[in-house]
Amino acid sequence: MLSPARAPSTAPQAEAAFDVADTQALVVSNTAVNSDYFHMVLEADGLAAQARAGQFFNIACPATGNDLPYLRRPMSVYRAAPAKGQVEFLYKVTGAGTRGLATVRAGDSVAILGPLGNGFTLDPNWKNIVVLGRGVGLATLAPLAELAAEQGVGVTAILSARSRALVMSVERFAKSGATVEVVTDEDGSSEPAAVEKLLERLIAQGKADAFFTCGSNRLMLLMKRVGEKHGIPGEVAMEQQMACGLGMCFCCVRSFATPDGDTEQRRVCLEGPVFALREALSW
Amino acid sequence: MVDLRVKIGRMTLANPVMPASGTFSEGLARVFSFDHLGAVVTKTITAELRGGNPTPRVCEVGQGMLNSIGIPSKGVANFIDKIMPEYERFSAPLVVSVSAPTVELFGDIVRQLDIPGTAAIEANISCPNIEEDGKAFAMRSRSTSAVVKELRAATKLPLWVKLTPNTADVAAVALAAQDQGADALVVANTILAMSIDTETFKPRLGNILGGYSGPAIKPIALRMTYQCAKAVSIPVIGCGGIASTEDAVEFLLAGATAVQVGTATFVKPNTMLEIVDGLEAFCQRKGIAKVADLIGAVRDTDMNVDKLEALP
Repeated sequence: MLSPARAPSTAPQAEAAFDVADTQALVVSNTAVNSDYFHMVLEADGLAAQARAGQFFNIACPATGNDLPYLRRPMSVYRAAPAKGQVEFLYKVTGAGTRGLATVRAGDSVAILGPLGNGFTLDPNWKNIVVLGRGVGLATLAPLAELAAEQGVGVTAILSARSRALVMSVERFAKSGATVEVVTDEDGSSEPAAVEKLLERLIAQGKADAFFTCGSNRLMLLMKRVGEKHGIPGEVAMEQQMACGLGMCFCCVRSFATPDGDTEQRRVCLEGPVFALREALSW
Repeated sequence: MVDLRVKIGRMTLANPVMPASGTFSEGLARVFSFDHLGAVVTKTITAELRGGNPTPRVCEVGQGMLNSIGIPSKGVANFIDKIMPEYERFSAPLVVSVSAPTVELFGDIVRQLDIPGTAAIEANISCPNIEEDGKAFAMRSRSTSAVVKELRAATKLPLWVKLTPNTADVAAVALAAQDQGADALVVANTILAMSIDTETFKPRLGNILGGYSGPAIKPIALRMTYQCAKAVSIPVIGCGGIASTEDAVEFLLAGATAVQVGTATFVKPNTMLEIVDGLEAFCQRKGIAKVADLIGAVRDTDMNVDKLEALP
């Protein structure tokens, strides 16, 4: 299924007009991070490794045993390293597609279509931002923290999880220079009321020129409300079931608030997956 | 050098490969140039503004995709002003897919789109989602006759009529479309279907019912292409589960003059390019000078078939 096909003679050869490629990526490693999550490193030269924080790929997952995933699975970029020609993904094993993906080994090949969608935006005037993520949403926010650090923007990363044992990427956020706050269900610190206090404290300290979130509807609504109260702009990276990833099929729509108080449907793959928090609605 | 050209009525296509409506947009030009295609076919345009169906709009079932997108549309003016210019730079002829809820409105939208830049009209009279319980014009010969007659009166552009597989007698519907002046038929569309999540007991589509597409439906679409091609004298364009060169060859052998590639593009965006190249390589290997020589070349004579069973 994933055998690298001969490039068709009619296929465009790296013409500038093409900013999305279906790349046969070589698996460097694909290892379990904990009981639920896998970390996959791919060698994918060219366009793929140019992916920006918040963008995603549509990944062909191999068939295994009884699982015959037909459609591709969209996954946000965990890290893109153009110099190394590598792109990385952190994913939770939840169904037929990710079960199949978890079986690929170093040396295998995986087809990845991308980079797709719009990444996060960082205003050069911002000095400090807050990123707030939960679960697999942390994978999406990790490269944003690094991008901010590169641009000299201070980052506070609030990482939410069921338990301390399940928080991922703490070292990665810390290594980028971010101030890391871990909040968990087991000690109640991940409750929206507690997180709200944390956000208010950061605002009072001048540490919150912008908000970014991914991975939790409750946390998104909280950030949106607190952001609106204080006039702090923000962005949310959204997930949705997809088929094509290119805006063709209209499967991945969600409702968004328009400036005139109406709602409209937008494609998460094409108009997103990163959206302005003020336009985001509960999912 | 293999001649890949095929003729659909008075149009000559550079090759027989084009996208199926609804599985394609100008966004695919970020991956490859449409100059390589025989034609491009737009997502169905309606005069009325349509939001589409509730989510989830898609789920995979076996080797296929079940969808209930519901034809979201921003209307005709948006198409002419925003979408059409995106296709101007490509050599492939632009086939505009349209739909409407009534015969009269079908005529209206075709008149509005009979403008420079439109190479042909594809009348989607078969989408299973757009009307109540999936009913569509193409389910019956009589309603097909009525709508194609109106369309024929509305335009002199090449008129392609896209049939539904959700009918008892697709050949009769095909004949009805031909009799009212269709220049070609597209056979077929998605198959009305459903799926239920056995954990939650809920339908897996927000719209409950949807259209099934992909490799799983290919033998059904192939059978219908064969039946229609036998019944009519106008070109038939095969559509349904085509994902490889061999699939395309199979449809040509069954009598299709060209093929549309749909769901496969979602799984592998370069599928159409691979099929164009693959057809050339196939013909070379078989010593076939023209791809058109494959049309209807299935060796089905002198076969001992039970006519009642094979052709209900």
